[in-house]
Amino acid sequence: MKVSFFSTCLVDQLFPQVGASAVRLLRRLGVEVDCDPRQTCCGQPAFNTGYASEARKVASYFIKVYRDVETIVVPSGSCGAMIKCHMLEIFPKGSPQYQEVLAIASKTFELSDFLVSKLGIVETGARFTGTVTYHDSCHQLRELGISEQPRALIRAVEGIQFVEMKNSTRCCGFGGTFSVKFPGISAELGRDKLRWIQESNAEYVIANDVSCLMHLDGLLKRERIPVETMHLAELLVK
Amino acid sequence: MNRIEIDVASALEDRRLQAILFPALQRSVESRDEAVSEVENWEELRDFGRRVKLHTLEKLPFYLEKLEENVVGHGGKVLWAESGEDAVRMILDIARERAVRKVVKSKTMLGEEIHLNQGLEKGGLEVTETDLGEYIVQLSDEVPSHIVTPALHKSRHDVAELFEAKLGMEPTDDVAKLTLTARKVLRRHFLEADLGISGVNFGIAETGTIVVVENEGNARLSTSLPRVHIALMGIEKVIPRTVDLSVFLKLLTRSATGQRITSYVNLISGPKREGELDGPEEFFLILIDNGRSQIYEDKFLRQTLACIRCGACQNICPVFQRLGGHAYGTVYQGPIGSILTPQMFPIAAVEEHPFASSLCGACEETCPVKIEIPKILLRLRQQVQEARNRGIQRFRPERLGMLIWAWVVSSSRRYGIASRWLRRVQSALLRNGRFKLAVPPISAWQKDRDVPGLAPKRFRDYRESEGAEH
Repeated sequence: MKVSFFSTCLVDQLFPQVGASAVRLLRRLGVEVDCDPRQTCCGQPAFNTGYASEARKVASYFIKVYRDVETIVVPSGSCGAMIKCHMLEIFPKGSPQYQEVLAIASKTFELSDFLVSKLGIVETGARFTGTVTYHDSCHQLRELGISEQPRALIRAVEGIQFVEMKNSTRCCGFGGTFSVKFPGISAELGRDKLRWIQESNAEYVIANDVSCLMHLDGLLKRERIPVETMHLAELLVK
Repeated sequence: MNRIEIDVASALEDRRLQAILFPALQRSVESRDEAVSEVENWEELRDFGRRVKLHTLEKLPFYLEKLEENVVGHGGKVLWAESGEDAVRMILDIARERAVRKVVKSKTMLGEEIHLNQGLEKGGLEVTETDLGEYIVQLSDEVPSHIVTPALHKSRHDVAELFEAKLGMEPTDDVAKLTLTARKVLRRHFLEADLGISGVNFGIAETGTIVVVENEGNARLSTSLPRVHIALMGIEKVIPRTVDLSVFLKLLTRSATGQRITSYVNLISGPKREGELDGPEEFFLILIDNGRSQIYEDKFLRQTLACIRCGACQNICPVFQRLGGHAYGTVYQGPIGSILTPQMFPIAAVEEHPFASSLCGACEETCPVKIEIPKILLRLRQQVQEARNRGIQRFRPERLGMLIWAWVVSSSRRYGIASRWLRRVQSALLRNGRFKLAVPPISAWQKDRDVPGLAPKRFRDYRESEGAEH
């Protein structure tokens, strides 16, 4: 199996260890991974803020990079949803780019979904001692419908203790540019999440989106709460 | 045109409000979930409801005319109002011709939308809200803060204080006593009123019947005791057949209050007929457009009009759970308000509203007629930006930022160069998770959070040097 790994811009710029972990994980599981050095971003920040033509510009570039690959794996539910669900909305129906996005969307997989649904792998051979809880990122849950896959992968980690937090499906409050336009509400929603994480007694909060994790981690650090954030890929290479 | 801004600060700083909101809304979400879990084919019903609504909207003129024909057949009168002002004028005319002095109203959001109370009072009429929540809101000279539970923002203690001040009631926190007092006061108004005004949940085209769903019996009294009944109906509220009602009632009551059925479901077909003892002598149905046909124009956005006003999207919305309704400054608030208001009125007046969402999608997931609220919000965001691009605002920093960003990330060479430059800038400014000299958008972010900053090495370089092979 050969895949092209789209790290996402956020991982590339801020959390390279997440990308490296995902690639290592895939290779360990016998997947041949290619990382196209030309990759940048899927265009979601512009799209979500209403800048359609800017989003189109970035998406067109994304299409150019990925049009010929067999399978795309992305360690993010949010960017995955942009590629699989929203990219179609910015190109006119029937245009050549629309057709290309259709093809790309069908061969793009969020990492946990790729492992569980496509490869049929639940046991990754990871070992980890600690109590973890899982945060459902919104786009992954509601647009891609991925909820069981990451949980199955976590449960299969040797030595791990997995606890569900209350309201795991409630938004953490990040929301992309929402967190900049409405920073106060965003932070309040994040602090709600922190409360539920703490109540679960987890030492680690796992998610599949570094955007949610960045927001939660920033709040955890500011509030000096001793809970660590971890991307699923980082957990699965332990 | 006055621009309405969302008042985030007052809502977040109001500790009394914050103590009420989340627990109350969470309870509504839980009872909705429980009621829905009893219905095996809930998803099927949602699909059916959505399909019927979209079909009806597609053939809206046909069904409205059919409704009119059948209402007239029952001896009712049908009036068409293009705007809210038109509707208010019509009601005042009806009242004047019949020497009406006192009006009782049962709950109608459409009435709020067209500022009916102010209009009627200006016309010299005495108006009393008879839904308990609406009555509380009227007594405290406020507006509803939720579609279904208008006094959501008030605790029982607040209501006790209000009743003490306005009705001279003994101080008490006993809900039963409070309700009884309101009931006693309202009873008198029912008996004295010459005109009853109600909203409409559904108008059945096939039979010319209007349906009013309620729990307090106040709508039944408002529509049957006074000698004249005027029902206000948004043109999108028509449904084709009585069988459709059976599905919509299920969708509505379970989504709105978690009830299998409400205490009262009033099906009203015209005024009192010969030989009947009860009911108004005259019945008017006012079909109100007030910006709705603007929404009708766009085939995708049209689904906004499928809304049955259950309020479930408000209950579950994380942003609404924090802000409550009043912060939005609009009649319809929360997710549905943020897609409805900008389409009914000039979008520039509420251009902030489509952005007041993290796009988490909980609203669409709970919506009984599956309105794609996040997708509509995104479309409206595009409309807002496009409108801004036409004026002086085309030079706004956000847009320049987006233009530069899009230019940079659509080339790997530019992206690489920018990555190196940003790291240089950052190393001079970032200390322990905080930027010295932060400018927006970073300053907004780091007020409450530590900022991670760019990693010393990008994933791409990381991979090459660490050798991701192992």
